[in-house]
Amino acid sequence: MKLFLARNPNTQIIDSLRKDNDTGRPWTLMEKIFLGLTPKQYMAQAMSNPLNWVFAAILLVGIPFIIARFIFGLSWAVGDPYDNAWGLFLGFGLFGMVPLSSSGFQLGSAVEVFGRHDFEPIERLGILNGILGYFFAVIFLMCDLGQPWRLIYPMFVSWGPEAVLFLVAWHVATYLSVQAAETSTAFFEWMGWPAGRTFVKKMALGLAVAGIILSTLHQGALGALSTYAPGKIHPLWYSSSFQWLYFFVSSLPGGLCMVIVVSTIAVKTMDWRCDATFKNSLSKLQVSLAKGASMGLITYLVIRLIGVAHDNKWAYLTTGWGGWWLFEIGFGVILSLVLLTAGIRNNSVTLVRLGAWTTIIGVVLNRLNVYMITFNWQNGHVHIPPFREIMIVITVYSIYIMTYRAILYRWPILFKWKTRYSEYAVLEPKPAAVTAPEAAGSK
Amino acid sequence: MIERRDFLKGCLACGVTAATVSVAGGKAMAAGSFEGYPDAMGVLVDLTRCVGCRSCEAACNAEQKLPEPDLPFDDTSVFKDKRRTTEKAYTVVNEYKVADKETLYRKMQCNHCTEPACLSSCFVNAYTKTKEGAVIYNAKVCVGCRNCMIACPFNIPAYSYSSPLNPLVQKCIFCYDTRLKDGKPPACVDICPQQVMTFGRRADLIKLGHDRIQANPGKYVDKLYGEKAVGGTSWMYLSSVDFDKVGFDGHIQNEPIISNVKDFLGFVPMVLSIWPALFTGVHLLATKNKDGHHDHEEGDHQ
Repeated sequence: MKLFLARNPNTQIIDSLRKDNDTGRPWTLMEKIFLGLTPKQYMAQAMSNPLNWVFAAILLVGIPFIIARFIFGLSWAVGDPYDNAWGLFLGFGLFGMVPLSSSGFQLGSAVEVFGRHDFEPIERLGILNGILGYFFAVIFLMCDLGQPWRLIYPMFVSWGPEAVLFLVAWHVATYLSVQAAETSTAFFEWMGWPAGRTFVKKMALGLAVAGIILSTLHQGALGALSTYAPGKIHPLWYSSSFQWLYFFVSSLPGGLCMVIVVSTIAVKTMDWRCDATFKNSLSKLQVSLAKGASMGLITYLVIRLIGVAHDNKWAYLTTGWGGWWLFEIGFGVILSLVLLTAGIRNNSVTLVRLGAWTTIIGVVLNRLNVYMITFNWQNGHVHIPPFREIMIVITVYSIYIMTYRAILYRWPILFKWKTRYSEYAVLEPKPAAVTAPEAAGSK
Repeated sequence: MIERRDFLKGCLACGVTAATVSVAGGKAMAAGSFEGYPDAMGVLVDLTRCVGCRSCEAACNAEQKLPEPDLPFDDTSVFKDKRRTTEKAYTVVNEYKVADKETLYRKMQCNHCTEPACLSSCFVNAYTKTKEGAVIYNAKVCVGCRNCMIACPFNIPAYSYSSPLNPLVQKCIFCYDTRLKDGKPPACVDICPQQVMTFGRRADLIKLGHDRIQANPGKYVDKLYGEKAVGGTSWMYLSSVDFDKVGFDGHIQNEPIISNVKDFLGFVPMVLSIWPALFTGVHLLATKNKDGHHDHEEGDHQ
């Protein structure tokens, strides 16, 4: 796209409801989908992007793999992991993606609950990052469940309310709808449906508060799930009293840093789609997000240490697993803290971005350690997922990135929709309004 | 005015959710003090009597109509590895060389916990602890999340991963359908030529186990495994060596697994009840009558 625009500087990329800077006829849906390019132009720009070829190659192998997993059964993809029942689909796809998606509720509440309207340019990105992360976590879950067509059973068929997973199922389902409502404002603007947008805007505060509640509980619940397996998870990664707090607290910097990383990628790879407000405020906003993230990280570091002290697990630190624990904390938490705080202090957005990367790697590594790497540590060997399982994860994640990109290209997330809200009303009698100047011009 | 309206809306939504989930919290609390059904049956396994003939494995295979094994049941080469239960074998016997020339065999199958972790972790309530003591499973509602396999402290439930359309959790059900509910002992107990296993009321078996330890000084370690582990199990074990040496987790907690998650579950209705007012209150404190603050007006593209 970048290349295409460099060659065709006069192209109108759709950023409003109507042609010619919002004065002409309304764009059709097809035009909106192709961003205002002709389908031929669109294909040409897509083909010239090498990343698309990488995705094509991944999908070419991966899609048949996903189909085969459902035709031949779960064992075709993951083998028969009786002792390590949860592999990469959940270890990475659910437990790793959900904490990185806590950005939705954090930015939603920063703006709506705490009245920090200066975060508005990045609020929609935070919310979109949230909903896509959750949505794809559910896709990963569907790949993992033995009978995914029964996913609604905990809601409608058979209740197991004393199970932590029951809470997760309900909360993720409810929270997906909350986030869908929050994201829909951008969708309604893009589609030109003002009534929907007005309706959702009125609920903004309620939705934001619901987001805080649901997120506190299910982010924590993902940690509480591991307390079912006290003997299986290595003691350094296990705390029956604090596990849910570890997961909740680490999800906060995880989500904020994911927004730093995604907004950096966006501004570097789709500069044409970001408006001036977004670009000009980005560095400042990223540093602000880093402040939040570093407060989350220092809290997380302290409570992880308190957990080791609380159960007196210091002796484990001298073992091999202790070394691995120190790496997770040293790289994911302490190094991240140093980078983020140095970035904040020196106002260096480069350091902040680097620290954001190490933070999200640290959060995902922690989830993998709890549910996969240290799981059954007493058996003395680590369960390595088979190639097909890894390939399916790469494929679903690629589809996630492609969906993410497709939405950022089109919906007003990184830019403000040029059609002002008050003008939507004029849309209906538009033919008359359009013909008037035309008639005048023809005279 | 918008804030007030939203506040009320938020309260309503959260109140409903809170009401639903408080039920969950309440149930979990009640479950913690459960001491077992009075007439629950159990099995006392005496490891010192087992000779590793594997006839229990064969009887289980026939009773549960499981597929034919790769190696016949009289083949002792299977003892090379430490096996676990699978969807094709609900019980397996493993061999342990415990001292010079002394060999012990340990049969493993579902221990039928008094407060099963599989049951408490199941979000569709597929498991039931029957009054006869068996932990049975309802294949019709299982979604296949395999949380029970994560939660089981004995690593017992297996999953038929290879079935594309109807994969299920598979484990010993104490021969509930065919025997236990009529008061009969399970097939493995019935067939054992060595009387390794004694079938009876769990309460009686605890007494019997301790009596046997007392009557044979030096023969057994002074512990009845399963009497207390994870809240007690219907299957209990006597051994002449430390249980750690014969494949048991000797450091297993005595509290039922559900006690680990009770704190969190109790916290859930509190968050649902407190957070709405707390954060709406914070919103009012943070934004009301502040310079530069404006309500979310309709045309906010300023």
